[in-house]
Amino acid sequence: MKSSAPEACAGCAARGAALVRLGDSFDRADHVVALAGNPNTGKSTVFNALTGLRQHTGNWPGKTVARAEGGFSFAQRRYKLVDLPGTYSLLSTSSDEEIARDFLLFGRPDVTVIVVDASRLERNLNLVLQVLEITRRAVICLNLMDEAERRGLAVDPRRLARDLGVPVVPTVARRRQGIGELLAAIDEVATGRTVGQPHRLENLPAALERAVQRLGAELEARFPRLANARWVALRLLEGDARIQDAVRSGELGELEGAAALLPRWSGATP
Amino acid sequence: MSAAAASDRVLGLAASLRLEVGGNIHDSLVEALYTEAAWIADRSVTREGQPARFDLDRAIDRLVTSRWLGFPLMIALLAGVFWLTISGANVPSRLLAQALIDGGHAWLKSAAAQLAVPHWIDGLLIDGAYLTTAWVVSVMLPPMAIFFPLFTLLEDFGYLPRVAFNLDGLFRRAGAHGKQALTMSMGYGCNAAGVIATRIIDSPRERLIAILTNNFALCNGRWPTQFLIATVFIGALAPPAFAGLVSAGAVVGIAVLGIGLTFASSWVLSRTALRGEASAYSLELPPYRPPRILQTIYTSLIDRTIIVLGRAVLFALPAGVVIWLLANVSLGGTSLAAHIIDGLQPFGLLIGLNGVILLAYIIAIPANEIVIPTVLMLTVLSAGLTGVGPGPGVMFELEGLDDTAALLQAGGWTVLTALNLMLFSLVHNPCSTTIYTIWRETGSVKWTAVAAIFPVLLGLLLCAATTVIWRWLAL
Repeated sequence: MKSSAPEACAGCAARGAALVRLGDSFDRADHVVALAGNPNTGKSTVFNALTGLRQHTGNWPGKTVARAEGGFSFAQRRYKLVDLPGTYSLLSTSSDEEIARDFLLFGRPDVTVIVVDASRLERNLNLVLQVLEITRRAVICLNLMDEAERRGLAVDPRRLARDLGVPVVPTVARRRQGIGELLAAIDEVATGRTVGQPHRLENLPAALERAVQRLGAELEARFPRLANARWVALRLLEGDARIQDAVRSGELGELEGAAALLPRWSGATP
Repeated sequence: MSAAAASDRVLGLAASLRLEVGGNIHDSLVEALYTEAAWIADRSVTREGQPARFDLDRAIDRLVTSRWLGFPLMIALLAGVFWLTISGANVPSRLLAQALIDGGHAWLKSAAAQLAVPHWIDGLLIDGAYLTTAWVVSVMLPPMAIFFPLFTLLEDFGYLPRVAFNLDGLFRRAGAHGKQALTMSMGYGCNAAGVIATRIIDSPRERLIAILTNNFALCNGRWPTQFLIATVFIGALAPPAFAGLVSAGAVVGIAVLGIGLTFASSWVLSRTALRGEASAYSLELPPYRPPRILQTIYTSLIDRTIIVLGRAVLFALPAGVVIWLLANVSLGGTSLAAHIIDGLQPFGLLIGLNGVILLAYIIAIPANEIVIPTVLMLTVLSAGLTGVGPGPGVMFELEGLDDTAALLQAGGWTVLTALNLMLFSLVHNPCSTTIYTIWRETGSVKWTAVAAIFPVLLGLLLCAATTVIWRWLAL
């Protein structure tokens, strides 16, 4: 594995920002980045490209069953990267979806990178829209651009970025294309230089929308630090037991940020 | 207002609003998600020109998941991989054996003699630990270095989900989860990994079935045994030109029997101790991706081959010491090993194995990889052969496969013994690592015990049945 960041980067200050893969050393991370996405979109490939680890990649869904963690440093900041299990949604209660959902909601990563299969954009957007309800600090990694091209599809990343309200970076992670741009986008969001205005669901029935707003306001009053009252309100209206517990125990409002929570989550895989 | 009261207020409001909104909130949410996903995707994706008239992915899928060709193709692919492994591993295995055993061992012995090292230290370290390790490396490294990259290439290409697709119906009829096909495939690499992979199965009942039956997927510790015995005994029955194919066929037969046993035991379990319905799930057939050949070979060598080999060596070192001690510590003029083998011999012969094989399996509980070296060494010892092999407790490489066959036949081996060894290698207790993993994943001593003991009994039964039928047919 590579040596630790400060020494390794001493000589590259002139270049401003360079990727230093830290493999499995990620103590004292400045920022926590979560990697979410549908199964089989190349999350683990992106993970490996960023950390230099060799998390096994395979062309079959459900390969990453537990969370994998790794580190990298970029522009003199140390990042901890968490590879979540691939899921199609965050709404059901299967254990892999729960791991992903809980980490996004309670782990509060500084940046969430959503890896998206460019050749199956519509289906992948379901998850993207759900994640954007939870966090505004997101970056879309529009992966498998080569495959989309092979299937005669042209995806316009800028149009997509405008519609989703968060940065969109086209990549071919297997060939390490676009990884530099992805890093820059992660860095911009992590440091707050880019603030997303994520798309929020507009097509909820009017009665439901009103209920969400009312409950959301109540939640914000109870938990002033809550960043995604709207999503929590939706889950409560649906009767999600895990979220109800978090409200009851006050867990929802106590979290300062991802870093404070990490030790608790290290043993949380099923 | 206290925090708890405020929380209760929020929950109370949620409950009353839920009633007020009415209808199915989940469906409304999902509908909104789909509508907006479709709308956004539509705006940023353009389809260039005519869609390709010939879709290669679908053409391949139609072939490999076809009702009639799916299974034959799967078996042919398996046989092809085995054949490449068997025929490709022979030469490098011999070269490694020459270097490590003929060369390395002789050199170490003469060095020890010059330094006047005491007999027992020299025996324990060089004849015991070093030779066992050298054996494991020369027998295991070549087949693994061929088998794993080939298997990983198939995996990267996207073939595994198709296997799962083909087997799904059978698993469901057996009352198990279709994803068990994937965990079974992982088991072909390593059962411990296969057991961990069962985490992708949500239902605890189906997950337990997948864990208990994973042992029937031949792991890499057992492939070398299968390859060697099939080559020496089964392949030898055929004319030389077909020997490779026939041996590969025999290994395929054992692997397919393993799949059959997986189904059978899943079926029995889901109708007895683990009763229940199979749960539905959706399996996406991912697009085929041209594998990145060099990268795949590199990572599968590093990730799988080296790690597995490292583990084998780790277990081979102490096992070598144990074997040497058993062979050299005497009780009443006969070595411990001979005593144990004599004790196990009647039972072994009764079920078509022999005392040597049973003792080898006891010594090899930590790692299946060292079964064959142990068997060969114990055979020399117990048959009291002279002129073959360097001495008691010393493992050695024979010049060629013919010599291996000659040695085993001198030790009383027949084709029946070989067949039973292949069967027993498929059906016996999981290695200690897998047993530990099962305990960690299930958290249950009871199920761990079942997973460990049940296969041994089944294996002994299977060998006994084969022997009875074989003798009845008087082959």
